[in-house]
Amino acid sequence: MGNSNLSFLNSLSCQKMVTIEDKGKLLPAFLGMKGLVKQHLDSFNHFIQVEIKNILKANAEVRCENDQNWFLRYLDIKVDSPRIEEGFNVSRPTTPHECRLRDITYSAPISVKLEYAKGQQRVVPSEYLVIGRMPIMVGSNNCILNGKSYAERMALKECPNDPGGYFIVNGSEKVILIHEQLSRNRILIEEGPVCQVTSATAERKSRTNLVINKKKQIVMKHNSFTDEGIHIFIVFKAMGFLSESEIVEYICGTLKENGEVDVNFLIPSIEACHKAEVWTSQQALQFMANRLKNKSSGLKAGENRRFSSIDLIRELLATTIIAHVPVTNLNFRLKAIYLAQMVRRLILAVDNPEYIDDRDYYGNKRLELAGSLIGLLFEDLLKRFNSELRMITDKNIGKVAAAQFDITKHMRQDLITNGLVNCIATGNWTLKRFKMERIGVSQVLSRLSYISALGMMTRINSQFEKTRKTSGPRSLQCSQWGLVCPCDTPEGESCGLIKNLALMTHITTDVDDKPIIDICLYFGFVLDINLCESGSKINQHPLVFVNGNIIGIAIQPETLVTTLRHLRRKGLISEFISVSINQLHKAVYIATDGGRLCRPYIIVNTSTGLPRVESKHIEKLNRGLMNFSDFINEGLIEYLDVNEASDAHIAIETKDIKMCVTTHLEIEPFTLLGVCAGLIPFPHNNQSPRNTYQCAMGKQAMGTIGLNQRERIDTLLYLLAYPQRPVVKTKTIELIHFDEMPAGQNAIVAVMSYSGYDIEDASIMNKASIDRGYGRCFVYRNQKCFLRRYPTMDGISDRIQGPIVEAEPPHKPIFRHAALDNDGIAAPGEIIKNRQLLVNKQSPIPGTAIDETGTGKVGSMNYSFKDVPITYRGIEDSCVEKVMITSNTEESFLIKLLLRQMRRPEVGDKFSSRHGQKGVIGLIVSQEDLPFNCEGICPDMVMNPHGFPSRMTVGKLKELVAGKSAIIKGTLHDGTAFGGTTIQEMTEIMQEYGHNYHGKEVMTSGITGEPLTAYIFFGPIYYQKLKHMVLDKVHGRSRGPKAVLTRQPTEGRARDGGLRLGEMERDCLIGHGVSMLLLERLMLSSDAFNVDVCTACGLLGYQKWCSYCQSSRSLADIQVPYAYKLLLQELQAMSIQPRLKLTHM
Amino acid sequence: MTHVNLNDGRYTATLFKSHIENNDTSECDDDEQWTIEIFERDLDITIVKNDENLMEIEFLNIDAPIVNAFRRIIMSEIPTMAIEKVFIGENTTIFQDDFLAHRLGLIPIKADPRLFEYRDENDMEGTPQDTIELSLKIKCVKNPEASKETGVTDLYLNRNVYSKSIKWVPLGNQSSFIKETIKPVNDDILIAKISPGQALDLKLHCVKGIGRDHAKFSPVATVYYRLHPAIEITRPIHGEDAKLLQSCFSKGVIEVKKDRSGKETAVVANARDDSLSRNYYMYKKFEDAIKMGLKKNHFIFYIESTGILSSESIFNESVEILISKCRNLLREVQELKES
Repeated sequence: MGNSNLSFLNSLSCQKMVTIEDKGKLLPAFLGMKGLVKQHLDSFNHFIQVEIKNILKANAEVRCENDQNWFLRYLDIKVDSPRIEEGFNVSRPTTPHECRLRDITYSAPISVKLEYAKGQQRVVPSEYLVIGRMPIMVGSNNCILNGKSYAERMALKECPNDPGGYFIVNGSEKVILIHEQLSRNRILIEEGPVCQVTSATAERKSRTNLVINKKKQIVMKHNSFTDEGIHIFIVFKAMGFLSESEIVEYICGTLKENGEVDVNFLIPSIEACHKAEVWTSQQALQFMANRLKNKSSGLKAGENRRFSSIDLIRELLATTIIAHVPVTNLNFRLKAIYLAQMVRRLILAVDNPEYIDDRDYYGNKRLELAGSLIGLLFEDLLKRFNSELRMITDKNIGKVAAAQFDITKHMRQDLITNGLVNCIATGNWTLKRFKMERIGVSQVLSRLSYISALGMMTRINSQFEKTRKTSGPRSLQCSQWGLVCPCDTPEGESCGLIKNLALMTHITTDVDDKPIIDICLYFGFVLDINLCESGSKINQHPLVFVNGNIIGIAIQPETLVTTLRHLRRKGLISEFISVSINQLHKAVYIATDGGRLCRPYIIVNTSTGLPRVESKHIEKLNRGLMNFSDFINEGLIEYLDVNEASDAHIAIETKDIKMCVTTHLEIEPFTLLGVCAGLIPFPHNNQSPRNTYQCAMGKQAMGTIGLNQRERIDTLLYLLAYPQRPVVKTKTIELIHFDEMPAGQNAIVAVMSYSGYDIEDASIMNKASIDRGYGRCFVYRNQKCFLRRYPTMDGISDRIQGPIVEAEPPHKPIFRHAALDNDGIAAPGEIIKNRQLLVNKQSPIPGTAIDETGTGKVGSMNYSFKDVPITYRGIEDSCVEKVMITSNTEESFLIKLLLRQMRRPEVGDKFSSRHGQKGVIGLIVSQEDLPFNCEGICPDMVMNPHGFPSRMTVGKLKELVAGKSAIIKGTLHDGTAFGGTTIQEMTEIMQEYGHNYHGKEVMTSGITGEPLTAYIFFGPIYYQKLKHMVLDKVHGRSRGPKAVLTRQPTEGRARDGGLRLGEMERDCLIGHGVSMLLLERLMLSSDAFNVDVCTACGLLGYQKWCSYCQSSRSLADIQVPYAYKLLLQELQAMSIQPRLKLTHM
Repeated sequence: MTHVNLNDGRYTATLFKSHIENNDTSECDDDEQWTIEIFERDLDITIVKNDENLMEIEFLNIDAPIVNAFRRIIMSEIPTMAIEKVFIGENTTIFQDDFLAHRLGLIPIKADPRLFEYRDENDMEGTPQDTIELSLKIKCVKNPEASKETGVTDLYLNRNVYSKSIKWVPLGNQSSFIKETIKPVNDDILIAKISPGQALDLKLHCVKGIGRDHAKFSPVATVYYRLHPAIEITRPIHGEDAKLLQSCFSKGVIEVKKDRSGKETAVVANARDDSLSRNYYMYKKFEDAIKMGLKKNHFIFYIESTGILSSESIFNESVEILISKCRNLLREVQELKES
């Protein structure tokens, strides 16, 4: 990986302590190993390699009802690398770029190995059978780009810096956003207090609540039961625990000890149980059965009949209530212990609000990624696939046929293929099995700029409703430090609900918990819960939870935790397993599940206070002898998730390490920011909302979107003619290669007032700078055209005709066809004006059968063609850059034209610095009118100083001074968060080169020629040109199209609509009493219409004839709005007779 | 050079810590009426430097608006020839046609604009009197000489397109009245980098224009002036402080002189070179010791030519234009009076 090019010689000096610069080297190593979108890739790879096999195993067998001997069994599944099928049985490997251009899906065949019954024989085909196609995530292990070098990616016309992590479906790039949700299978105490457990297993999802009701009784609530719930002791009894003292012991521990749990709390619950006269297990089950909700039993109706209601409840208790705690052979002990723990936590929370859990705490959250979402979808589709096979078998197996029934002949690929493609293409995830109906799961990858694409890959979507006003989920959470960017969130309704990952955040994938349980139990650190003889023993020691399940008690929790961590650092167990003690809960939590947020830290030797990473390691890293995973494997660095980080003492800098206290050291503090916020220089000097604004604006900045940008044919693409890398860079900029694909220019800015055209954030621009190329941009648009084949019309297809030429010499093409080449498609390089043709396409229309031959043959139809041209519409001319002719999967021709416009900045175009300071151009001034300094330098841009006091963007001031000192010296300066070039260094440089240390200069007015009274703050600031340009927004009309129905002017810019005189404007005119103006605006200029009204009957006539009165005697001609006439007629249509009474004025 | 009193607001602007005072030059003198005789008597013009591309002139006893007028005229009203229309015959490079045209337009073309007339905007053809035709035809090809034996390492020819490849195509009788070959001023302006097989075949039309219409017609890279600084040390500064003070100004502005006793004193040696950094305000101790100003009647004028015209002729041209402007004004005033 090309990250070791930054060579640090000073690391050769043998220091014991690592210096700050040294440990920063780990960051490129980390990103080099994982890439920027590692979370998406890891998740998808995990799905393809592990999860898909588990899904297959769970749904491996298909049997049918009609023939007991028939079976179909899947043995193995695999997903290959992406291929496209061209025609019948022709397939070849494809590239992401080809898929984008040709509007096809980047997908790979899913194939299975199976065995099945054919007649009485068992058949095992030697080959894998394709059952569908899986869209492949670009950059994943199955992608052809995987492991390709910089040059190889270039050869495949792929941007080497493209992060991947998205899918290409029908040519458009789709991202499955990261979804945030509460973690499953954990006890959560909420305000109330309510003890909630959301259980999720592969088969079931359920939610169980424990509530204290008004009578102070503890009640279990569940969807299956009526709303008042079931008393907790009845539940225990239904599980077979009849002794109340035993139950109380499970909850509170020994009665003798004065434990933390107040036993008296349980008295009302016990009384309730007695009042209900439940003494035996049978009675308890019957009691619960009576409170069962009618339909929702959680089990199917068919099974209902076979079971007695008591059996049903037992089944329900075993499988649905607290579903994740396993019950084998109706041994409810584990579940009872778990339930007791829930009660215990609930009681503790009554008196002590500390026990109430924080739902917004990131330790209680799990992130769902593409892998698991596609996993859910795939399982659903596989089940449907299997049931379809079962149905086909049921239908066919009894029949006597020539050939023996062979199921493989009935396996259709398109069910799974289309299911996956449709979901990813539309973003609608509908899974009936889990009652899941989500929209907007996948979104089109925004390719406005490189940053917007990256920002989208790190986006986290919250499940909370946007309309709810709750502030809790939206506000910044302490636990998101270092994991979720504090700056990058949109404003408005989704503020705080959509977030972005920080630079170093890693999201775990599922790790098997079996080995870790075995280690815990066999090594004797944990006493198996089944061996704990009494509730008092259980409550004496901390419980050990693995992924929310109790596995035992820890006699010495500290030893357990340190040993497990030791094993992890040795690499004997997965590095993503988290072990933490929760003193409050008196529990040891071990987590191996996927979706946890975690982050690497340097391990510190607590006893010596020295970080384990030393200079020699960094030196090896520089020389390429070590990579980041070696640091993990050698136990120098480890990943901590939120829960474990809360248990650790982490120093930010080496100097902050405290002996015998500090356990970890941050790698780099600026990594707490995300990708978008990482671009801001000196963000720590800015007012916080300004950084948030910049995060939103950086995504709209034009520049470079990828090194393959000129190969792409996108619907809309904005490029800057001369992008520059910022003079004041940050470390993040280097890490994400923003300096290779910049989006902005270093403008020389004078902070001063100039004319009146710079108020309210407008800025003045130098015309000469614009002439020389500042802010010049390209806008690319595409036009698509399909040539379809019409099977209903003898397979005739659309055709393209050459241009129509003028009759007289020199036979120039007519104006509308001026840009067309001889083949009827606009030629590359041609300039296209408004209403000119891009493709001269014609479609066949079914004509009358003209029997030319006279044979009277049916089918020899003569089709005439009608013009369906692709025309260009736009105020400004465009230029054809490229024409692509190819075919898509439907075997029809696909023609794509790439149109280009070059635009220079004009008044009203939007620009912004990197500090949330956006503004439009207020005036373009010629160079001679602008002030100049004593070296003859004119500003490119004049910014009004009123932008500073209220916004407090001190970072921008620093950027100017840093930038100025950098260009004076001829270097780049660093503005990384919490670091960067210091003011001291900058002023020293300025002074050394004879410049004012503040960056303020004596300037001469270009208009009067006299020196300006004030010293002008003058220097370079990196400015972004935003995509909002006047040319795309100008609109106005004097006359134009009208809507057909109402004859009123059309609405909107796209339809060249009128500008509405709305209700409030109307109120103004009424207030002024200008009735004739009102009449003009609302009728005459809109939809005035002359109607004949019969004064006799009051109805509308037509052509001086009243058809109601059958006369033409008393008709009057009046002017009304057409909409009014329409209203009258519509009323008549619904049998209401409106009559107009006319009087003379 | 007359000594100027820093305290006299009529002749000097004073640089304070936060602002400049008495910066206006157009203050009317009560005791001295402006007459052309006095102006002619006092005006002093020194040409400090007169290179082909760089000229430095000092004006003494002149008002800022007049000097500024020269600056403004030079910047935007002196005509030159520049590429205006590009006819694309072939462009297989990755550069867009309009992008390439913009780049070409900015290349200064060495041609005497005085020999040409202005061309009508809608005229696509042009005549020998108003158009210079250039051509740029280049293709990146394999280098036949590149091999291990010859030691030539460049595998391809014409990887870089430089301005030297732009060739003049004389129109009509142009070669008769244009003595010097028309070509870009600089040979080494990089226009594009192209890959093997890519080619450019362009026909370029140069027309006459002025800087106000487009910056490419401006005959100068920049033209500017500054006021002569005046520095006064109000109390003697010795020893280390003198060295410190020296570092607060541009090189050579302050000299540290040793007297016979070895005592070091800071003296103003050459105030002209100071870049007005005012860095002595960084130190509290110097705030009262230094007085700094600008001589309001002393201008140092710089012309940095692009090389199309010599800086001297640029200045002469600007004088001509100013004179003709004045004549126009007088004539119009006269006409107004008559009517």
